[in-house]
Order: sequence, then structure tokens, then C-alpha cells
Amino acid sequence: MSDLNKLGLSEARDALRKGDVTSVELTESCLKAIDDADALNAFVHKTPEIALERAQAADVRIKGGDAPSMCGLPIGIKDLFCTKGVPSQAASKILEGFKPEYESTVSQKLADSGAVMLGKLNMDEFAMGSSNETSVYGNAVSPWRRGNDDAQLTPGGSSGGSASAVAADLCLAATGTDTGGSIRQPAAFVGITGIKPTYGRCSRWGIVAFASSLDQAGPMTKNVRDAAIMLEAMCGHDPKDSTSTELAVPNFEAMLTGDIKGKKIGIPKEYRMDGMPAEIEKLWADGAAMLKDAGAEIVDISLPHTKYALPAYYVIAPAEASSNLARYDGVRYGRRAQLGQGDGITEMYEKTRAEGFGHEVQRRVMVGTYVLSAGFYDAYYNRARKVRTLIKKDFEDVFAAGVDAILTPATPSASFGLGEMTEADPVQMYLNDVFTVTVNLAGLPGISVPAGLDAQGLPLGLQLIGRPWDEGDLLNTAYALENAAGFVAKPGKWW
Amino acid sequence: MSIDQSTAAKVAKLARIKVEDDALPALASEFNTILGFIEQLNEVDVEGVEPMVSVEPMRLKRREDVVTDGSQQDKVLANAPDAREGFFAVPKVVE
Repeated sequence: MSDLNKLGLSEARDALRKGDVTSVELTESCLKAIDDADALNAFVHKTPEIALERAQAADVRIKGGDAPSMCGLPIGIKDLFCTKGVPSQAASKILEGFKPEYESTVSQKLADSGAVMLGKLNMDEFAMGSSNETSVYGNAVSPWRRGNDDAQLTPGGSSGGSASAVAADLCLAATGTDTGGSIRQPAAFVGITGIKPTYGRCSRWGIVAFASSLDQAGPMTKNVRDAAIMLEAMCGHDPKDSTSTELAVPNFEAMLTGDIKGKKIGIPKEYRMDGMPAEIEKLWADGAAMLKDAGAEIVDISLPHTKYALPAYYVIAPAEASSNLARYDGVRYGRRAQLGQGDGITEMYEKTRAEGFGHEVQRRVMVGTYVLSAGFYDAYYNRARKVRTLIKKDFEDVFAAGVDAILTPATPSASFGLGEMTEADPVQMYLNDVFTVTVNLAGLPGISVPAGLDAQGLPLGLQLIGRPWDEGDLLNTAYALENAAGFVAKPGKWW
Repeated sequence: MSIDQSTAAKVAKLARIKVEDDALPALASEFNTILGFIEQLNEVDVEGVEPMVSVEPMRLKRREDVVTDGSQQDKVLANAPDAREGFFAVPKVVE
């Protein structure tokens, strides 16, 4: 078999079990693809020794008839996950040289299920960004281009390296994390599938914290079936994360029947934004028509507080970030600034954090500090948390009325050029998450499915939002949409 | 609400991030852009609404009050920029 790196998880799994291919062969194929793709700057710490060691162990397990779900499948891990003995920097200068003495629960679960780690993937610093331009490693680059234009495009963010690596077939799948859209927006930008599960499905233990009440890990994969397989391996109760649910994890793959007859799909009118590109509007209408053809009932719904989701998010997320990032003090791990004669501990903190945090991270930490400061706590932070209650209630009302899933565009535009947003004010960049951020605030599962190309040949995605804890049903609806959309486009190799 | 340079300086101090004086005007202006965006929340009637603490209405689980690990001093200190004699080392704190 050639081009083994181009396989998806389920294809590779079946080939492994049939004995058509070994994990070592799969892994070597990916390692070669990674070495050929430095121009994408997706893998920022390569771990070929670990990969080959795990691949050999996986081949032994498969031969012995003991092959768990991800056995022998080579994947990439976002740099936000702590991986034992391997640099885990959250793409920040302040964590330069940090090698955790422990493994995150999610990456451990994946390893236990036999997955092979190829290396760590680029991302926005501390997962703060929508274009992978805030990384200390430099920009991750999308494998996609606008026709013959050789301008470099963003793979989205914050899980930009994961998106680029999966779309360019450097790995079979990758982990991502999603605080406001960081799995679903990059997945949409590069034409792959990405799911953020219900808050509490995946343990957050060992994942560098950004906004703890919003952060969730999830898989970024080449298709919906692969997302089902990998999500199941990632989730489950973990006593080390007090918000992790004790619910049993279903066999998500077994729920992919493609039958959505009688399902009620809501189309929220508030997501029809002023100035929405006609292509996005058409994609959305086409998606609704596809689900209808597959037997679903399409209903108009209202989520009245949608407009306030982004402003609420930009209070709550920075507030939690300012608290979470207080730990980077130059004392216990990472990088300490060079101190001058007579500098005391306060100068050490201030210089370390000024040098170690990039511009966007500093800005969010300070906004968070401000909204939590005496005199403003009620006006900003508490008000935002009340609005969050109302946003969640919008969804509860719709689900109580019998809606099974909600269909929206994944992003307000296709991928844009790296550097194109440099002059824009920060709020312009924040608008990338306008369709995804509501889902984090309400703690719901959301999935981005590639559904078409724009006039410049760039992928566009649709988002489905499901009931809490009903990822299986959501994946099945996504599977039906995937079957109907028949998205097969791949970027032409230029790197 | 408008943030002036002295407020920006105060916030930077609270966040323990050194910001040079010449960078304060730009910082204050960015804060104002973001806070201007956040001001939209004032349009929402939140009378009688409970602020959300957690998306799942649950009480955080408590584990048993027992020792679960320990004796890992070398691992705890392994990533410290300056560790000496089994301690984290910092500049002088007490005069």
C-alpha cells in the first residue's frame, strides 16, 4: 500500500486488523510526510523515537489479538496537552523548556488505546487566537491556497497546527481543544471534521488551562466515523478533574446509522448575520435541504441572546484566563526573565510575564484582571455570567420544544491570508467565533463538518449543535450530512 | 466607561506584567475597543437572573481526605528555572 499517511483512522484500523499493513509502516509514512512538510510549521516538536516505539508495541498487540480501538494509529497532539518528557509549551515563550513529569488524562487514554504519538502540534499561544498567528513557534500554514495564488493562508486557530496536519495528511488525526471555537473553526477552514463534546466529557487534567469553565478537548479527523472512534477513546470519567462526568461513554461509532428520519433540525434566525457572504448563506440553505432530503424535519427556531454571546465570552474567558495564567510566575516552571541588580520578586514577576507572554495573551490577562477588579466585578463579570445563564436557557428552551440538533454555518467566512488581519482591531478577529462561542457558553456538543468550497476553492464548514451528552445522536446527524454533502476535495501539494 | 493611561498602568501592575510608559496609550486604546464591545451586555435585562457558575448544575465532587501522592520533590523541582537544595529559589523577598 502506498501513501499510508492519507488513510483515515477507520480505514487504517481495518487494514491493521486484516494484517494488510503494520503500525510501523503507517507511522514511518507519517513521519516522512511530516519531515517533508516543514513549510506548514504544523508539527513543532517531533517525537519519532516515541512514535516508532509505540508503533512496534502496537504491532505486537495487534498480532496477539489485543487491539484496542486506536491501536497502532499515528496521531498528532496539540501542544496544549502535557506529554511526559516531551516539550509542552502551549506555544508560549513562558513555558520554554518545560517538560512535564506527567501525562494529560486525554493523551494517556489515547496511548492506552494504542494510539501512536507523532509529535506536538502548533497552536495559538495558550489557545488564544483564531488564526494561529500568536504562536511562539511562528504561524502554522494551511495546506490550502486560493487557486494559483501562492499567498499563505491561515489554518484557523487556536488548533491551527492540528488542522493543517490532518488536512495535509501528516497524521491520521489529531487532538484539539475548544474554548470558543478552537476545534470547529480550524476544522472548517481546512475541510476536516472537528467535534467539541459536551463540557465534562473529556477530562481537562493535564491540559494547560485557558478558561476552565469553557475548555474541552476533542478530536480533529478526516471524517465523521473517525471522530466517533477517537472521541470515544478520549472521553470518560476522571477523578482528577472535578468537572468530569461520571456518565458511561457510549460506542459512538455503533450509533452511525445515517438514519435521521423524523429528526427535528432547528435553523436559528439570529445566526443570519448582516453582511454574511452569499456563499455561506447558500451553504447553510443547501445543508438544511440535504438534511430534509434525508428525512429530517427543518424548523425555524430563535435563540434570542445569540448577539450577546461574544461580548459575554470576552468577559468570562479573559477573567478565567487571568486567574489560570497567574501560575506563570517564573518560579516553578518555564522561563524566568534575566533580572537586574537589585530587582526583587515583583520585578521578577513583571519582567518574566512581560517577556514570556505574547501580545494577545497579555491583553487578555489584563482585560480579565480589569473585569475582576474591585468596583467592576458586578458590572462586567457578574453581568456576563448572568447573560451566560440566558444563553444556555435559549438552547434549553429549543431542545425542550423537541429540536434534536441545530444547523448553523461553522464560520462567517472561508480561511483568510496570514497577516491580513494584522491591522484590524482585536474585536474583528474575535468575530471569527461568532457561530461557535455560544456552544461553549452553554456547554453543548458541537461538530463542524466540511460541506463545500467557496468561489476561490477554499473549504467551508457547517456546524451542528446537539443536546448535552448526546454526542452519539449528533455524530449520526453529522454522518448523514457528510454523506449528503459528499465533500472529497483535498489541497494540492505545494509544500 | 473609558480607560485612561493611569488605569491601564494600574491594571498592568495588578496583572504583574511590566508595560513601558510609552506603550500605555496604545494599551488603553485597545482596552477601550474591547470594553466598548463588552458594553453591549448592558442592553440585556438580567433582573432576577442567577449568574452561571457551572454549565452542569452540580456540586463539585470531593475526594476522600487521604494522601494520594507525595515524595516527588525531584519531579516537582525538575522544571524550576532556579532550584537549590530542594527549594525553589527566588530573589530576596523579606528585607
